[in-house]
Amino acid sequence: MSTPRTIIEKLWDSHVVAERPGAPSLIYIDLHLVHEVTSPQAFSGLRERGLKVRRPQNTFATTDHSTPTTPRSLPIVDPIAKAQVEQLETNCREFGIPIFGFRSPKQGIVHVIGPENGLTQPGMTVVCGDSHTATHGAFGALAFGIGTSEVEMVLATQCLLQRKSKTYEVRVDGALKPGVSAKDIILALIARIGVGGGTGCVFEYRGSAISSLSMEERMTVCNMSIEGGARAGLVAPDDATYQFLAGRAFVPKGAGWDAAIQRWKELPTDEGATYDHTISIDANALEPMITFGTNPGMGIPVSGIVPDPAAISDPLERDSLTKALQYMDLQPGKPLAGQPINVVFVGSCTNSRMSDLRAAASVMKGRKVNPKVRMMVVPGSMEIKRQAEAEGLDKVFREAGADWREAGCSMCIAMNGDQLQPGEYSVSTSNRNFEGRQGKGGRTFLASPLTAAASAITGVVTDIRTLQN
Amino acid sequence: MAKFTTLTSRMMPMPIDNIDTDQIIPARFLKTISKEGLDKQLFNDWRYDASGNPKPDFILNAPLWQGVQILLAGDNFGCGSSREHAPWALTQWGFRAVISTSFADIFKSNALKNGLVPIVVSRDLHAKLFDMVAKDPQAQVSVDLASQTLSLPDGTKVEFPVDAFSKHCLLEGVDELGYILQQTPAIEAYEATKEVELNTLQPV
Repeated sequence: MSTPRTIIEKLWDSHVVAERPGAPSLIYIDLHLVHEVTSPQAFSGLRERGLKVRRPQNTFATTDHSTPTTPRSLPIVDPIAKAQVEQLETNCREFGIPIFGFRSPKQGIVHVIGPENGLTQPGMTVVCGDSHTATHGAFGALAFGIGTSEVEMVLATQCLLQRKSKTYEVRVDGALKPGVSAKDIILALIARIGVGGGTGCVFEYRGSAISSLSMEERMTVCNMSIEGGARAGLVAPDDATYQFLAGRAFVPKGAGWDAAIQRWKELPTDEGATYDHTISIDANALEPMITFGTNPGMGIPVSGIVPDPAAISDPLERDSLTKALQYMDLQPGKPLAGQPINVVFVGSCTNSRMSDLRAAASVMKGRKVNPKVRMMVVPGSMEIKRQAEAEGLDKVFREAGADWREAGCSMCIAMNGDQLQPGEYSVSTSNRNFEGRQGKGGRTFLASPLTAAASAITGVVTDIRTLQN
Repeated sequence: MAKFTTLTSRMMPMPIDNIDTDQIIPARFLKTISKEGLDKQLFNDWRYDASGNPKPDFILNAPLWQGVQILLAGDNFGCGSSREHAPWALTQWGFRAVISTSFADIFKSNALKNGLVPIVVSRDLHAKLFDMVAKDPQAQVSVDLASQTLSLPDGTKVEFPVDAFSKHCLLEGVDELGYILQQTPAIEAYEATKEVELNTLQPV
């Protein structure tokens, strides 16, 4: 009998093209997603070398990062952003790459449209010039972010030189309590292991709490693997995976579908396989989480208090926390709940899917956004926008006083004009609270859609479980 | 790729853990379609005030530190976004190496492809280097990639780890894409064996 393997090792083994002594393995890439920000220099490189795209049929592009979320009938006002979006469309035309462009009804955040169209499938290797590519790991794919040099390599050869990562089992067992969501699982993990805790590793999320998550919730968890330092994170495929994918545009049909399912069923980790690292999280004990600092590891339960740098012995760690609290203008030892906020952002590749919008709308329904708060809701794709409008979610948000926008990365990365003003506080469903991430001088509290919506109503950081009817 | 063999330089101290790529170069400067001119935006939001004037108390602006080629930074340098603009901005400013106790995976991979050497040192040595620079900002260290050694002013030599292939590429100026292209027959053979799996993406 062969040695039991984890899904991570199975994915790796089936994609090794060649191995030469002294060099990393040559790994085949099944799906390459491309967007406007990290690809222009790669296409320039191809032109300089006179190279073509090896497999345009395994390459898909969309525009999301510098893309405005104002009505699509309007032009792109920022000339530099406009040039970048147009350059992507030109590059895709020239190199024969399918694109869901700025005015396409299928446009959306790259990590939303991949699964939505069934481009992301179990057993695949997926790359994109974007660190949140691990999102696609929710489907049992080995999906990771790459730099622009690597984008050029994949365009030209469909391959990358990679060293095998270590395996890291993240076991989450138990049942989430009301008000606690997938976002809280991943924020709790990162708060425990720190932003460098998973460096050099691929996470496999497993356990009863993970199995009971919907595909959208699994995407939220996998999405933020990089915030724990892991380049990739995944969940083994199961019936929920197949049900989600069945009938989507790019998945195989008929006999091809049946054969694909048979292959995918071989992927889950074998009984008895071992991991390099393991961590266990009790889902029953989790509370809604929120970050207080300037990296995603600086997280606490929303009912908790801001930690005190004086309690840390390592001088560099202590200084980093002091610096973070200065930037955030927060006092150690004080609760974060009740902290006044200026902006609420619901969106991003972490939390912009139907279930996220439904969760936020369930809180907003019949209520008003606090007059001191500006709330922006940005669906992950134009398809999600249409579906949400068909369900009347846009009405709930608009009647509450929130701004309902077109699809894009928006205020998660603040490249498109959607941004915080200096000194403003946001509760955001996105993935990064780095200094200036949502606009120069802006201060971000990362949280779930439920926490974000509750805070929008009250105008202060709010524990959803305390929101009165 | 530019070759890297040896380097002797002072070290610019930046004693902050988890310096993310949004600090190295903020996202709003990523709308460019070229690689040029990014040195102006290196550490932009720490470097300039609200009016765009250089902040005199930020180390990159201090006359003392101009021309330095090694950055001495806190743990987990380069975490966050995969933007290769980060190593482009660092190298365009003049850095050829960064010393830290650890680096984020994607940053490290990007840096090595741009002739920027990430040097991992122990916590003890890391603290010692910061002390050394605090006492004498003129203190120089030497990096010898071939022997993977960092030489301190007191004559101590310390080995540091480098991926063997990356080291070869840096020493010889090997182009990684060219190296992969040489293996096209292996790629074709792989594609031939995986025909079914690779063609699941065609809408029927």
